[in-house]
Amino acid sequence: MQPLLKAEHIVSYIGPYTILHDVSLEVQRGEAVVILGRNGAGKTTFLKTIMGLVNTREGVLELDGESLVGQPTHLIQRRGIGYVPEDYGVFDLLTIEENLRIAMWKEDAPTLERRDYVLDLFPDLKLAYKRFAKTLSGGQRQMLSVARALVNDNLILLVDEPSKGLAPVIIEKLALALQQISSHTTVLLVEQNFALACAVGQRFYIINEGRTVETGTVADLIKDKELQALHLGI
Amino acid sequence: MGTLVTLLINGLAQGALIFLMAAGLSIILGMMGVINFAHGTLFLWGGYSYVWSYYAIRLRVVMNVFPDAVPMTSFGSILTIQSVQLPEGAVLPFVAELLIFVAALVVAVSVVFVMGLVFEKLFINRVYGRVPAQILITLGIQVVFTDLVRVIWGPNPFPIDRPPFLQGVSVVGTARIVHYNVFLILVGAGIALAIHRILTRSRVGMIIRAGLQSPDHVKAIGINIRRYFTIVFACGSALAGLGGALYMPLVGNVVSTAGMNNQILAFIVVVIGGLGSFMGSFLGSIFLGVMGVGVALTLPGLSVVANVLIMALVLMFRPQGLFGMAVKSNG
Repeated sequence: MQPLLKAEHIVSYIGPYTILHDVSLEVQRGEAVVILGRNGAGKTTFLKTIMGLVNTREGVLELDGESLVGQPTHLIQRRGIGYVPEDYGVFDLLTIEENLRIAMWKEDAPTLERRDYVLDLFPDLKLAYKRFAKTLSGGQRQMLSVARALVNDNLILLVDEPSKGLAPVIIEKLALALQQISSHTTVLLVEQNFALACAVGQRFYIINEGRTVETGTVADLIKDKELQALHLGI
Repeated sequence: MGTLVTLLINGLAQGALIFLMAAGLSIILGMMGVINFAHGTLFLWGGYSYVWSYYAIRLRVVMNVFPDAVPMTSFGSILTIQSVQLPEGAVLPFVAELLIFVAALVVAVSVVFVMGLVFEKLFINRVYGRVPAQILITLGIQVVFTDLVRVIWGPNPFPIDRPPFLQGVSVVGTARIVHYNVFLILVGAGIALAIHRILTRSRVGMIIRAGLQSPDHVKAIGINIRRYFTIVFACGSALAGLGGALYMPLVGNVVSTAGMNNQILAFIVVVIGGLGSFMGSFLGSIFLGVMGVGVALTLPGLSVVANVLIMALVLMFRPQGLFGMAVKSNG
């Protein structure tokens, strides 16, 4: 079966520096896949490479059989990729309502239904709907970022370290929301928090120094203490 | 008291003109990260385009209405500007004068809007994220297009009157209220209100506000931010052009150094108000305008020093400006 997202031997760079040396990965439709690895391994850069925010030098990168390489970021997103960046990417000068509206491809009935769904998923956002995003807490900003990526009918959701900098109680809420989302949306999650990664993901890839070094099922990874110690420092 | 009112109105009028220039400069700098040293040239082209089209349209209208009117002195080289003397005791109807004025403004703003579009597409587009290249290329545009003004319309200054219906002074108590200044204040306030509504009520405004924070994140939600860069640059240019068009009748003559002089004021406003801050540009312009008139009256030798001093104080104690945000790179 043709994977929804396919990366083969990706080499990408920022300025003079090659960050990814050889990353290969496949995500099937309906799957929840997690990318694990230590700090600076290249996980975030890989998601940015998919989004066209970092340049690809070599390799194959396809969504639903069509190449993403060399495409401008806005067109990549319009192909059906919802992106939740590491720093949330929330617009401080916009209200929550505006942050959601600006991301909508169109304001038709299905889109408004999805907006209502994400507001039900994150009631905090509904309560503060007219407030400017700069007044939100870290957890609320993360929720807004995820919600914004869900308002369109995307093929896949890329989520970059959603637990970063958040309190454990917020991470628990987020894990539940991501589990619910992954039940009906394909998800590619970059995460350092092992518990959150295991709660959401079915399969995993480990990236180390810009290369994919391990893959398998999350169930197997949970049992493999040696692998956890070697690549994740757990 | 009368003197104070007179000063305030003069200062607000100056502030309105500075605002027209600074608003575009600030949003272009805040959203696109472009330090646009060509902004003064766009102001200048607005001024010359207005004066040329004002004289040209007026000449044709007057000669049509009064065939015995006498064309007068002409200025310029490649494009000549020719004034016209109405027959003794004759006047153009108010509506005709109004239409000539508005048409000339439309020509000026359109010319500079198109210049902004072309500059962005040909030059600025290639140097996003590269500040040294931006400075060099926009300074180059400034030099070339300022010289082009001298080639087209000649190096010598020439006079431009205010439209007849905006001439005159009203005396209220001891205050002397110059009609053209009141007009400038109304135009400045109207444009400020319009920009504010666009920024806060429209999708374009939402995208501009988001782009001021992070163009990359705007791209990542599926929006072609480059298209908005072009629109913002052209609209910012058009505002500078309108400023130039309204400035020339205020000072009464057209001179090719006006662009650079006013650009410096606009940059000072951007520093005081803060990058990308519409409110900062608005309040900074009013402050600079009123202060400039006050200092010019009381300590005429220090008007430039006062502006630079204010800028230095803001840079020392609040480098992001009074209403601005931190500078970010973009692409």
